[in-house]
Amino acid sequence: MTALVQAHDLAMTFDVSAPWLNRVLERKPRTLLHAVDGVSFEIEKGQTLALVGESGCGKSTVARLLVGLYEPSRGHLMFDGLDAHAVFKTAEGLKLRSRIQMIFQDPYASLNPRWLVQDIVAEPLIEHELITDRAELRGRVGALLSAVGLSPFDSFKYPHQFSGGQRQRISIARALATNPEFLVCDEPTSALDVSVQAQVLNIMKDLQRKLGLTYLFISHNLAVVRHVSDQVGVMYLGRLVELADKQTLFASPRHPYTRMLLDAIPKMHDTGRARTPVLGEVPNPLDPPTGCAFNPRCPHANGRCRSERPQLLDQGHGRIACHAVEEGRI
Amino acid sequence: MSLLQVKNLVVEFPSRRGTLRALDDISFDIAPGEILGVVGESGAGKSITGAAIIGLLEPPGRIASGQIMLEGERIDQLGFEQMRHIRGKRIGAIFQDPLTSLNPLHTIGRQLVETIRTHLPLSDKEAHERAVSLLKDTGIPAPEQRIDHYPHQFSGGMRQRVVIALALAAEPKLIVADEPTTALDVSIQAQIITLLKTICRQHGAAVMLITHDMGVIAETCDRVAVLYAGRIAEIGPVHEVINHPAHPYTAGLMAAIPDITQDREQLNQIDGAMPRLNAIPSGCAFHPRCPQAFAKCKSARPDLMDAGMTRCACWLQEPGPETLRGTA
Repeated sequence: MTALVQAHDLAMTFDVSAPWLNRVLERKPRTLLHAVDGVSFEIEKGQTLALVGESGCGKSTVARLLVGLYEPSRGHLMFDGLDAHAVFKTAEGLKLRSRIQMIFQDPYASLNPRWLVQDIVAEPLIEHELITDRAELRGRVGALLSAVGLSPFDSFKYPHQFSGGQRQRISIARALATNPEFLVCDEPTSALDVSVQAQVLNIMKDLQRKLGLTYLFISHNLAVVRHVSDQVGVMYLGRLVELADKQTLFASPRHPYTRMLLDAIPKMHDTGRARTPVLGEVPNPLDPPTGCAFNPRCPHANGRCRSERPQLLDQGHGRIACHAVEEGRI
Repeated sequence: MSLLQVKNLVVEFPSRRGTLRALDDISFDIAPGEILGVVGESGAGKSITGAAIIGLLEPPGRIASGQIMLEGERIDQLGFEQMRHIRGKRIGAIFQDPLTSLNPLHTIGRQLVETIRTHLPLSDKEAHERAVSLLKDTGIPAPEQRIDHYPHQFSGGMRQRVVIALALAAEPKLIVADEPTTALDVSIQAQIITLLKTICRQHGAAVMLITHDMGVIAETCDRVAVLYAGRIAEIGPVHEVINHPAHPYTAGLMAAIPDITQDREQLNQIDGAMPRLNAIPSGCAFHPRCPQAFAKCKSARPDLMDAGMTRCACWLQEPGPETLRGTA
């Protein structure tokens, strides 16, 4: 069986050049930002792939590519056997879009403050012309709100009458309105407090079990990722550096960057023990280092790492893009 | 003697619909050189506590009653001008977003020299030398050149190092750090926390570290105060609070944090949300969300009482007949 979601060599380049006049007068070349540079992965139906990485590594760009908010500059996305970005442009596009929905990070910014919850949750249903009857629409909105643990009576309130966690449930209800198969969640809990984060994560897992949803879950928090995911992809500067199933990745991380990220997490129960501070910072994506993008911060870097870019290779358990792992040095 | 003593602090925000009580009867102290963590969810009153201590409460917020003593001297009633001399000189401050705490129009050197010369009797040249050595202490490479750069030329982590240098410029005895690492990535967060810890130890400064991240508290602090709805729910040595929490809220909070070292099918959740300031429940503010609440919790408000190694505001800790409990 083929996977529900297959990304092949997805890339997204942004033109961040100076204005035309400046380029002519100051003889500046065009500058391109490679936000995502050749990312491939597969997600089986009913599974969760988590993407982790630090700010600016391209996680959110991948999310936007998958829901069709961006068109990739290279590569393609297969969804259930269809070339998604080609289909989006045809008359069938709307139908495909209803099968892929997104949950955004900030529940304060993603809900229109002047709309009633009822209108917010019903919008995708009306947009996709799935339900036109008013009474039926109201019933469906009530059912969706109950599914995420809110009351059907909440549909006559405005977003400001809800707390952050409840608002995120409203966005989940909206995302579920069209009965999608695939949900792209871009940092759905990072704006929430821990006790509320637990509520939202539990609801998301329950819904996955009940409805057989497939998730792409984007987060910078490895502990949350460990809780929700089946597979984990670690991104660094627009590329996947390690892709493995959850058990393998957390039990035996192979890529030096993955190890560094895991070491950088504060350990809750041995208090007072300092974590290993990580050296250096993420380089400027406009001027990435040659070879492996991680080489300036990597303790295992050698000449080859500085000149030749490693490919994501199958290493038994999971795929890793690292010369040192490939050569058996670590 | 404690460096900072906060006694029965009450902060109120008068509004047209009545007065909102953001902090309700908070007491704690910080010993010289100690790192006290203040943790809680949004709206618990963490930042208001910090703002009250450094005298930067946003009007109409005001200290309604209680005292704040710095080295035995009351500072909660000082005027704006007098407080200006204490801020920076005796209490340093570090805020969440390093970009907004630096002036984008001045070089970081100018900002450092200005702070140093405001508080210390140094010449321009001496102040410049001190600025360079502070930048060096905070781990900024090539400080002699970097001192003439503007804030936008630094990365987020480097900017937060500059802010730490700025906070330490006049050798304050206390630093109030409000979410200093929240805007940073995990790998940079570890660098900044390590730096904050070592440099404050070197300079002998005590730190009040305000954060919502229990992990940061665990590795950094000596003691921790857990805030809920404007009151201290539990306060004690960090090891005890994390491993043997006495208050049901602390216990729930700890269980809600996903653990990187183990798999759990379901996270423990605390149902409901923190109450709003205009609707704080009677009795213990946590009782509507508390799995162990009993009759007394709804009617009477618990004060901090001894609970093993920590102090905790919960009627479960009250010595007395067991029979009253368990009936919600």
